Amino acid sequence: MKQIGKMVLVLTLLGLISGLALSLVSNYADPLIEENKQEAIREAIYYVLQSTEDYETDEVDGKLVYRAVDSSEELTGYAFTASGGGYQGTIRLMVGVGPDLQEVKGIQILESSETPGLGGKIRGESFKGQFRNLSAKEEIGLVKSAEPDEGEVQAITGATISSKAVVNIINKELSRIRSVLSTGE
Amino acid sequence: MGDFVRGLWKENPVFVQVLGMCPTLAVTTSLINGLSMGLATTFVLVASGLAISSLRKVIPDQVRIASFMIIISSFVTVVKLLFEAHIPTISSQLGPYLPLIVTNCIILGRQEAFASKKPVGRSLLDAIGMGVGFALALVVLGGVREFFYQGTIGGFQVLGTWYKSMVIMVMPAGAFISLSLLVALFQRISGRK
Repeated sequence: MKQIGKMVLVLTLLGLISGLALSLVSNYADPLIEENKQEAIREAIYYVLQSTEDYETDEVDGKLVYRAVDSSEELTGYAFTASGGGYQGTIRLMVGVGPDLQEVKGIQILESSETPGLGGKIRGESFKGQFRNLSAKEEIGLVKSAEPDEGEVQAITGATISSKAVVNIINKELSRIRSVLSTGE
Repeated sequence: MGDFVRGLWKENPVFVQVLGMCPTLAVTTSLINGLSMGLATTFVLVASGLAISSLRKVIPDQVRIASFMIIISSFVTVVKLLFEAHIPTISSQLGPYLPLIVTNCIILGRQEAFASKKPVGRSLLDAIGMGVGFALALVVLGGVREFFYQGTIGGFQVLGTWYKSMVIMVMPAGAFISLSLLVALFQRISGRK
């Protein structure tokens, strides 16, 4: 009986101390972690919508949309995050579109675990750069070996699935954003 | 002194004991990743070694593993939060492997084999030795893989632009190949067959 009492007492005390210590550390670290996340989002918005000076966060249809303006308070476009399945795990993107929602201004990869050297190249400028000022009146198309036309991007050699995934994620989210923003205003 | 050196060389956790293979293989895609993982693990080893060694007479034998796990996982959570707060880029590269230090068998292994039986001073030396030994192994492995992948070491270009990157080195296969070659080399140098 005495043994059991001691076991319970030691485990309880250890649990209490550990819980207390962890809540202290978490109190200290949580605001910093949140700040880091906001900072990452801010950088991504400034990257996808160049000439952006400031932005405000709107909640439309339960998801965040960032309204970006330039130095003369002119609307430069909207930015939003979009995610979906890649070749390995989730790909999360920041997408910037022009004020008329007819043109993709740029994209940034926030999170992906694609194969380094193959699908990982979606992070590279030669792929990402194709989305700069890309006309998106229709769905964005993907071509493999041909020269991309207007509104099309070229897939990465050896990483068609990852390239396709990025295009699909953008198309899907873009059409959703179009419908909510046009009915919302 | 013997307690310290043992982990570095004669009982190196990676090259000799072949413990903790999950982080060893998974995160060593670059030197800096290997180093951060090694340092994080060393911190957990030292902190929990100290705590467990000083509590070794208080913790009843029947619940010792449960107690060790509470202590270890608390320290791991601390490390994870601090990494996310102060070095978010590295923390996102290490991904799930940072919280997974909890399951690193080197840590529980050292508590069970050493810290729970020996005085605080010796446990401290043992933990530092094992931690540094582990970190060194990860740095070497990460460095080798990064070098053959894209000709850089610690992010600095060592080979010219003529070097064609070797993708296999950052994939799991490259991890196994480099690790086995390094273990073989280590055995050769230390005179074991």
